[in-house]
Amino acid sequence: MKPTGYNLDATFAALANPTRRAILARLATGAASVAELGEPFDMSQPAVSKHLKVLERAGLSSRGREAQRRPRRLEPRPLAEATDWIERYRRIWEGNFRRLDAVLQEMKSKEKKAVDALLESGKPRLRKRRTR
Amino acid sequence: MTPTALKVTTPTDRELVMTREFNASRGMVFDALTKPDLLQRWLLGPPGWTMPVCEIDLRVGGKYRYVWENADGRKMGMGGTFQEIVRPSRVVATEVYEDYWTGGETLVTTELVETRGTTTLRMTVRYASQEARDAAIKMGATKGVEASYDRLEQLLAG
Repeated sequence: MKPTGYNLDATFAALANPTRRAILARLATGAASVAELGEPFDMSQPAVSKHLKVLERAGLSSRGREAQRRPRRLEPRPLAEATDWIERYRRIWEGNFRRLDAVLQEMKSKEKKAVDALLESGKPRLRKRRTR
Repeated sequence: MTPTALKVTTPTDRELVMTREFNASRGMVFDALTKPDLLQRWLLGPPGWTMPVCEIDLRVGGKYRYVWENADGRKMGMGGTFQEIVRPSRVVATEVYEDYWTGGETLVTTELVETRGTTTLRMTVRYASQEARDAAIKMGATKGVEASYDRLEQLLAG
């Protein structure tokens, strides 16, 4: 078993197309023939087959053995691998950004203190001006 | 307090986009992203790492270099060149890790938009090649490290 056995470029390229994402969503509910997969789209069978080829090459779908229908199936593994990667990335940055929140909070309170101090030091003068 | 959760999307096969809101002006966020003494406090990645080296020459064509170090003395360096700087809204810089991969650099575009005191950060990472992205995947923390990382975060948040 290869640790990163799938070509993530192919996976993401396959996922970058809305029709292919719709086909995957349909396959997630169960196997389907090329004709069935083409139904919701205003698309010729060769056009649907072309999208299916991209999905197959990315390892996202496979063909069944039934001679006539050759139903397509969803292969969840590369999808999981791609989302795992995004999840790892997200977690690392979530940690970074939480620390950034704290840094910004401190910057804000420092700025507020500085402004307050400035107002405080300027108060007598402001009052004088107002009374004039 | 976190205004919104971090969002990570992959709009194209070579790009990764992160968006996150912060309760601060974009001038402050810009400073926190570009001033070494501030950056060293938060851009640390997994727990156990510090950033002893943080050099930033903030001008177009200027270079930056970060070095992280963990408790075992393991080091990881990264650097690049600034391509665009529009204070306080936009920074574009190349990014390449020193020891982890040679497959190419990424181009990172950071955009800051402020609305009523809240700043939305949008960071677009564009990978140059498949090698670079594969290396990025391999660099990801292991499941075990992630779990302890989460626990630490919970402790800090509580």
